[in-house]
Amino acid sequence: MKTYNTKYFYGDYGEIETGGPATQQSQAEWPLWEVFIRSKQGLDHKHAGSLHAADAQMAIENARDVYTRRMEGVSLWVVESKYIHASNPDEAESLYEPANDKVYRHPTFYELPDEVGHM
Amino acid sequence: MQLQDLEKIFQDKIDKEIKIEPKDWMPDAYRKTNIRQISQHAHSEVVGMLPEGNWISRAPSLKRKAILIAKVQDEAGHGLYLYSSAETLGTSRDEMLEQLLSGKAKYSSIFNYPTLTWADMGAVGWLVDGAAILNQVMLCRTSYGPYARAMVRICKEESFHQRQGFETLLVLSKGTDEQKAMCQDAINRWWWPSLMMFGPRDSESTNSDQSVKWKIKRKTNDELRQQFIDMIAEQVKVLGMTLPDDKLKWNEERKHYDFGEIDWDEFWAVVKGNGPCNKQRLDARKKAHADGAWVREAALAHAAKKKNRQLQKVA
Repeated sequence: MKTYNTKYFYGDYGEIETGGPATQQSQAEWPLWEVFIRSKQGLDHKHAGSLHAADAQMAIENARDVYTRRMEGVSLWVVESKYIHASNPDEAESLYEPANDKVYRHPTFYELPDEVGHM
Repeated sequence: MQLQDLEKIFQDKIDKEIKIEPKDWMPDAYRKTNIRQISQHAHSEVVGMLPEGNWISRAPSLKRKAILIAKVQDEAGHGLYLYSSAETLGTSRDEMLEQLLSGKAKYSSIFNYPTLTWADMGAVGWLVDGAAILNQVMLCRTSYGPYARAMVRICKEESFHQRQGFETLLVLSKGTDEQKAMCQDAINRWWWPSLMMFGPRDSESTNSDQSVKWKIKRKTNDELRQQFIDMIAEQVKVLGMTLPDDKLKWNEERKHYDFGEIDWDEFWAVVKGNGPCNKQRLDARKKAHADGAWVREAALAHAAKKKNRQLQKVA
């Protein structure tokens, strides 16, 4: 059964662009959108989940109904899932390795006399 | 890398309580088990709207009606959170819906029982949602990230469901003799099916071992069932009602309630499709899906038309 590993989900955009695995999404299915919510003024938008909608306006309206029934947000972003690029978890080690041995980037690396006070 | 190495890395992560995310390598069986479990969970939320939807138009007051609508709307939302998290594993919404409508996928058997009186809305909230919550609280710590996150959101919303159910019964329990009788009758009818929600006994359950090892499930069916019985056996005293089990008794040694035998023949009959409302529920879903076909098509056509118009404007 070819049910699994048909890719059309977030992070797979690059693959589709380069003619990677064909999508199995049926013509009749509304596209998938990722929803980001700003919970209150002054905070970042944060990923909340995803939903299906025919277009952006409908995605925002559905996001309101699905993700903000209890005043969870003051602002919504929606983006079609296929447009999200993601890093590859298999490459995580080499991708983040350069940050690993640079302790001098942290303030705690520097020992100062107590007289200096808070710095 | 060899398959065994990948599997070892995977199990190490699970053992170290590191969540598995959509693009991480995972064994096929882990993917399939999660797809099956999450989609069945989603189907349960969606079908679960039907027994309660039955009472929206007949709720005894505007307040109760508003509460019931909010609860049913939550359940639709919960279904959607769960479908989305299953989709991150590579299945599609259409595929899952097709499996529900064709009868290939299961949903919780509890929704194949009828809601006969208003007191059933109370019993469903208190017992059915109460049982579901125990399972869901456990699943907030499940190993697959998107499933765990969906469960956290669901649990936050779900506790009002159980509280409003208990309160509905509390009001009835202080009412007229007829209302008290209605309250007790609903408890009698929902008690055993609620216990069945936790699934077969551990000794009969085929999926439990592997699911516990992969931390998809973190407690066994029997553990959760006992937890539920201990909780409800105390709460029912507040209602001044009884549970329909003459073997129910506190066991000082075990520090748990002992209880009578579940009718496993009934359990398997309902699972296999022969419950009181299996056909009715599935027919209702099929009809809703068919009746909504034109909306789905029209929305796509409208979106395409708008896009075209915009392109023409640009050109």
